Amino acid sequence: MKFIIAIIKPFKLDEVREALTAVGVAGMTVSEVKGFGRQKGQTEIYRGAEYSTNMLPKVKIEIAVSDEIAAQVVETIRETGSTDSIGDGKIFVFDLASATRIRTGETGDTAL
Amino acid sequence: MIRKMICGAGVLSTSMFAATAAFAQETAEVVAETVTEVAAAVAEAAPAVANPGNNAWMMTSTILVLLMILPGLALFYGGLTRSKNMLSTMTQVGGAAALAMLIWVMWGYSMAFGPTTSEGFIGNFISSGSLFLSSVTTDSTAATFSDEVISEYVFVSFQMTFAAITAALVLGATVERIKFSAVMLFTAIWLTIVYFPIAHMVWAGGGLLFKMGALDFAGGTVVHINAGVSALVLAMFLGKRKGYPTEPMPPHSLVMTMIGTGLLWVGWFGFNAGSELEADGTAGLAMINTFVATAAGALAWMLMEKLAGHKGSALGFCSGVIAGLVAVTPAAGNSGPFGAIVLGIVASIVAYFAVSKLKAKLGYDDALDVFGIHGIAGIVGAIGTGIVYQPQFGGPGDGSTGMADQLMIQIIAVAVAIAWAAVGTAIVAVIVKAVTGLRVTPEIESDGLDIGEHGERAYN
Repeated sequence: MKFIIAIIKPFKLDEVREALTAVGVAGMTVSEVKGFGRQKGQTEIYRGAEYSTNMLPKVKIEIAVSDEIAAQVVETIRETGSTDSIGDGKIFVFDLASATRIRTGETGDTAL
Repeated sequence: MIRKMICGAGVLSTSMFAATAAFAQETAEVVAETVTEVAAAVAEAAPAVANPGNNAWMMTSTILVLLMILPGLALFYGGLTRSKNMLSTMTQVGGAAALAMLIWVMWGYSMAFGPTTSEGFIGNFISSGSLFLSSVTTDSTAATFSDEVISEYVFVSFQMTFAAITAALVLGATVERIKFSAVMLFTAIWLTIVYFPIAHMVWAGGGLLFKMGALDFAGGTVVHINAGVSALVLAMFLGKRKGYPTEPMPPHSLVMTMIGTGLLWVGWFGFNAGSELEADGTAGLAMINTFVATAAGALAWMLMEKLAGHKGSALGFCSGVIAGLVAVTPAAGNSGPFGAIVLGIVASIVAYFAVSKLKAKLGYDDALDVFGIHGIAGIVGAIGTGIVYQPQFGGPGDGSTGMADQLMIQIIAVAVAIAWAAVGTAIVAVIVKAVTGLRVTPEIESDGLDIGEHGERAYN
């Protein structure tokens, strides 16, 4: 099993979610986060006083998937999440030691 | 007017009763003459009676100016501060305005518009004779600009709101660091030695600048230049906010500021059109000018942002609205609509540079740009009024005072207001600093004045 964390542009979330559902992802956790990478921050101007914000709003998606579809999930996020511009985000993949469904106690791939 | 009509009808019916049908026509002529004579006699003998229409309009205007203060100015200023200072900003506006109202009825009205104009030199600056409104009754009246009158209590109330909003305006420069006790003491002394004399100079019959012929329809010098300059001086005495200008201090809610801006604009119709003191054509002129100058100012500010390579912003819109409103204040009934548009545009552009370029260079901390917008746009408006007043530019002036002469009078009036406000405020600041101290402690400043000065938070 793999655990995938993807940081994407907030407006891409719906598109990415739909594409992932199509490839068989059954659930995900989404949070609104802030951060910076190569895109740096943005500048706000109030009556001529410029403030640069270092952190930009992004969306973080966390998904646990079986080994079989992991590569396809990464590719799907990459394709649908891309705008071909700086600040599109990153995808991280971890090995997942175990997964348990709390209601039934099922473990492994069946818990996903 | 109504009393005259009733009296005339009485004479008419009595005469009609005495007349026979045969002499009806001749009698009618005689009656008509009698009525005219009686009406003339009544008009001569009876004191002027306030026209209820004008009274009703002035009462409405008065309430509109109150709307400008609470919640208008409170929201406008509050939204521009950081969230930890929201309540203190709004409370200072409310507290200063409330104190100003009480001081106005105790000695303010007497000093500015009292019935006794002091003899000689001092009469240029203050009047007297109505402490605790001793000269005002329900039958006493205040003159307007024609032979109409309005009830004096209405006039006292209307002018009271002007004193209240001017005191509150000053505080925009000093928010986020001034003590509430200092605000109250400052307001009391500042009104007495700065506002009342300037109001007398500009608006009262015996006032220095009034006699000189300075044009200030609704208070460009008395309210805006005065508040702007006083705010700058007080901010200098107070010092910069901790962390200014290195630490970001963005407005915490431009939504509130936008709501406040809307309320200020609406209320400003009472301020400007109400300053005619009658519901007549000139009030209508002031009304249309208050629309168009403001609209022009709002768009001009956003255009300047665009030309400077930025985005047209909500705060830019709000700032332009205020700059336009301030500029048209002295010109409201003294300009044609297109003169007012030009005035709004010019004032907005000049204020834009004052706020975004000049302020950073001079390095003072006028927190909410009271000087940059009210002071600067007020000066542009007051001087510009000398131009747009002229008939060749569509203004209502009769051309009897040439443009150069009128401009000189306007400039002198502006200079007197600036000097009086600056020196007066410096004196008040020294007194307040000695009595209550001006600044909150660094700890309170960092925690926010809401919790430190008032024991509350705006948002929980």
